[in-house]
Amino acid sequence: MPRPCGVRKQEEVLNLADNILVMKNITKEFPGVKALDNVNLEVERGEIHALVGENGAGKSTLMNVLSGTYPYGSYTGDIIYNGEICQFKTLKDSERKGIVIIHQELALIPELSIGENMFLGNERKGKFGIDWDRTYHEAEEHMSQVGLKDSATTLIKDIGTGKQQLVEIAKALSKNVKLLILDEPTSSLNEEDSRMLLNLLLEFKKQGMTSIIISHKLNEIAYVADKITVVRDGATIETIDNAKRDIDEDRIIQGMVGRELSDRYPSREHKVSAEVGMEVRDWNVYHPVYTEKKVVNNIAFNVHRGEIVGFSGLQGAGRTELAMSIFGRAYGANISGQLIINGKEVKLKNEREAIEAGLAYVTEDRKGNGLVLNDTIAINNTMARLEKVCKRGIIDVDKENAVAEDYREKLKTKTPSVKQAVGNLSGGNQQKVLLAKWMFADPDVLILDEPTCGIDVGAKYEIYCIMNDLVAQGKSVVMISSEMPELLGMCDRIYVMNEGNMVGEFTAQEATQEKIMAAILKSDKNDEKKGAVMA
Amino acid sequence: MKKTGNNTIDTMPLEQKAAVRTALRRADVVNFIKKYTMVIALVVVFALFAILTKGRLLNPQNLSNLLLQNAYVLVMACGMLLCILTGGNVDLSVGSTVCLIGAICAQLLANTGLNAVVVILICLAASCAIGVWQGFWIGNVHIPPFICTLAGMFLFRGLGRVILGSKTVAIHDDLFLSIFASYINIPGLDSGKVKWSAFIAGIIVAVVLLAYTATSRAKKAKMDYKQASAASAFGKIIVIDALVLYYTWKLAHYKGISVMLLWVLAVIFIYAFITSKTAFGRYFYAVGGNEKATKLSGINTKKVYFMAYASMSLLAGLSGLLVAARIGSVNGDTGTSFEMDAIGSCFIGGASAYGGSGTVPGIMVGAILLGVINQGMSIIGLDNNWQYVVKGAVLLVAVIFDVVSNHKTGKAG
Repeated sequence: MPRPCGVRKQEEVLNLADNILVMKNITKEFPGVKALDNVNLEVERGEIHALVGENGAGKSTLMNVLSGTYPYGSYTGDIIYNGEICQFKTLKDSERKGIVIIHQELALIPELSIGENMFLGNERKGKFGIDWDRTYHEAEEHMSQVGLKDSATTLIKDIGTGKQQLVEIAKALSKNVKLLILDEPTSSLNEEDSRMLLNLLLEFKKQGMTSIIISHKLNEIAYVADKITVVRDGATIETIDNAKRDIDEDRIIQGMVGRELSDRYPSREHKVSAEVGMEVRDWNVYHPVYTEKKVVNNIAFNVHRGEIVGFSGLQGAGRTELAMSIFGRAYGANISGQLIINGKEVKLKNEREAIEAGLAYVTEDRKGNGLVLNDTIAINNTMARLEKVCKRGIIDVDKENAVAEDYREKLKTKTPSVKQAVGNLSGGNQQKVLLAKWMFADPDVLILDEPTCGIDVGAKYEIYCIMNDLVAQGKSVVMISSEMPELLGMCDRIYVMNEGNMVGEFTAQEATQEKIMAAILKSDKNDEKKGAVMA
Repeated sequence: MKKTGNNTIDTMPLEQKAAVRTALRRADVVNFIKKYTMVIALVVVFALFAILTKGRLLNPQNLSNLLLQNAYVLVMACGMLLCILTGGNVDLSVGSTVCLIGAICAQLLANTGLNAVVVILICLAASCAIGVWQGFWIGNVHIPPFICTLAGMFLFRGLGRVILGSKTVAIHDDLFLSIFASYINIPGLDSGKVKWSAFIAGIIVAVVLLAYTATSRAKKAKMDYKQASAASAFGKIIVIDALVLYYTWKLAHYKGISVMLLWVLAVIFIYAFITSKTAFGRYFYAVGGNEKATKLSGINTKKVYFMAYASMSLLAGLSGLLVAARIGSVNGDTGTSFEMDAIGSCFIGGASAYGGSGTVPGIMVGAILLGVINQGMSIIGLDNNWQYVVKGAVLLVAVIFDVVSNHKTGKAG
């Protein structure tokens, strides 16, 4: 039911189909990065609309703009919902209109009951305080709509992730949802739960609800979506019709990755030595908390001296977990396998031993795991090998500053002084400080986890140049990246991981984005078979 | 950088030049006030009480007592700083540790024929044991420090009272008292009314400080390192020297230099050195700034926590001995709420409530500020209860200032 609105706007709306949502020329910038560039999206009433794209393509940003997570004013462009231009300032504003977003990480509080979670911030009030009878009664009503038969007083931590996802949807229903947005709803679900969830969406569609679903799992999208919009590099590329459910997965992949490689990557003489810098055999890692869950499964790989080896895969493929478990068991439990550095098998008990064995792990989370933001560039620079500027445990501050000054020049870090707090630098310059920190540790093997994440094109290029310098010095570099073009542009070899397994290895010559994507998707299908057997 | 800045100023028209200069000067003033807020506050409060007490605060005896009465705060604040650096964690058990160690010491001196030096060593060993106990649970088993030290607060207080048998035990051992509570007395030099040894020590310290500043500046100049301007560096050291000379002059007119002062200065010097110059000290800041990043940099974060609490208990034990010697007796209430004085000094002295920042000189200023307020109000004869109100207000204002000014500069998260 379209709401009444101004005459001028009505004209605009009339020539559109019955669109519940139109997003027009949406542009959103973060400091140094244009996350969305003139994005247009049209969603028809009562359809299931899928958004696909690589990590960082801008799908989640677009949905956060829609839901008011990024408030009106922080982006440019128009959101036309139900025929009127909306200016959502908060999540509450959009929810009031019936737009509900369910994030990949569920926003449920484990220690509270299903009913309490469902009405959190939206409590059913009686005369005095909360009306618990009404709360649990209404909660169970919504739960039955999604096929949940548990009691509403059950604690969230006592039900599985599949059911938790359903609770989130029931919660959305309790908010009178008209447009449901699901961000990777099945990423942590098993096959059976995923299928149930998708069928539920189809059921809601019959009842007239509109959904937008973000997913990497193309088979699921092909099953459930009426239309598929491809997002790439912060722009919507195309919308593919799938009303007949006849979409070809390769067609989607092509849209997702189909950008051209220009000279965004500095050229390098490929001089890979025959010597192996690091080799890993039969590597197994279990989750540190849920110790029965295997996150890295029988991985074997090697990296030669003077070689850049890439690791491709989707988020949650186990690449970071693999890297951190190698780096002195910084992650995981029950780690087993052989680690051979410079021809010698080593057993590393902690990060210190890893550094001494010549390893460096440059984290993907530079603010959370990499840098002490309140401390200066100089202090961060020497942190992994402070003893190098110490004499009998006493820091030579002058030497430390000289070291930091040296790296500032080498890496062209833009800062007025090395005494500047790292937190005041831009992302790209922070990344350079992080790299400097690990270069100062003088490793033989560097594992770079998403080294260009969230930094602009110019800084990316400089980071690539630094990587080339490192391999030219005979070091080995392992590069984990979710950006396929970057891997193709920089690496000598590319390994592909999915859900803890090694699912492919390509040389630079034979690798293409389509082949890598296909390797990942093929393994997903294998998993389905496995999952079916297990179920 | 600086050079180009000056050049651009030089090419400007005159009026503009003047405007830029005043703007720069204003920024300098703001920075100066920000950096030395607590020092300025200390000067203001000190002057205020000097006037309110009609100068009695400046009596040699009062000035001497100012540090001696707060010796335990100064010592424990050093240890507390390390705990707070690791992430705003505090040690609540130190007041009780003071009581327990004081009790052990008093009973050993009263009931056994042990030599005072042996007793002191036993007491320090016992405080080390307490430190290992707390450090183990906090560092290795990850018991939240607040809870672990709260438990310690009850545990050690109780044990102390058990050892004392609910009585007040007096200390009469001369050797023990002379190790902690006597005054330096060099025959001949200090026999008269003025204890010259104190002032001579003051002169020596002043000269050494000046010489150290000059040589380290010369070294930096030789290596062509950047450094602060000569005026500000020497200005600072001359102010400090003047204070040292004034204070030792006053001491010389009372009883001279107390041995207790030497203990306190030794602890302060060691902790100032550790926190500012050593790799070991740097790790406390790193853990407080970002524990995960510190661990991934190959630093043993468990050991950092362990050492923070182990050293805290050792200093609490030393404070126990100092307090026992100064008061001359120990009872079940000795050391009550001492932990709050130590924690308060750190926060007033600019240690961050989130961890990762704070300096030994800073918290010394905080401790002395609290001490001046205490003593000033005592001299005026203000009701003891009001002293709590004032202390509380000062603590709150200091922390509010810290949080607000850090937010403005966008530092604290």
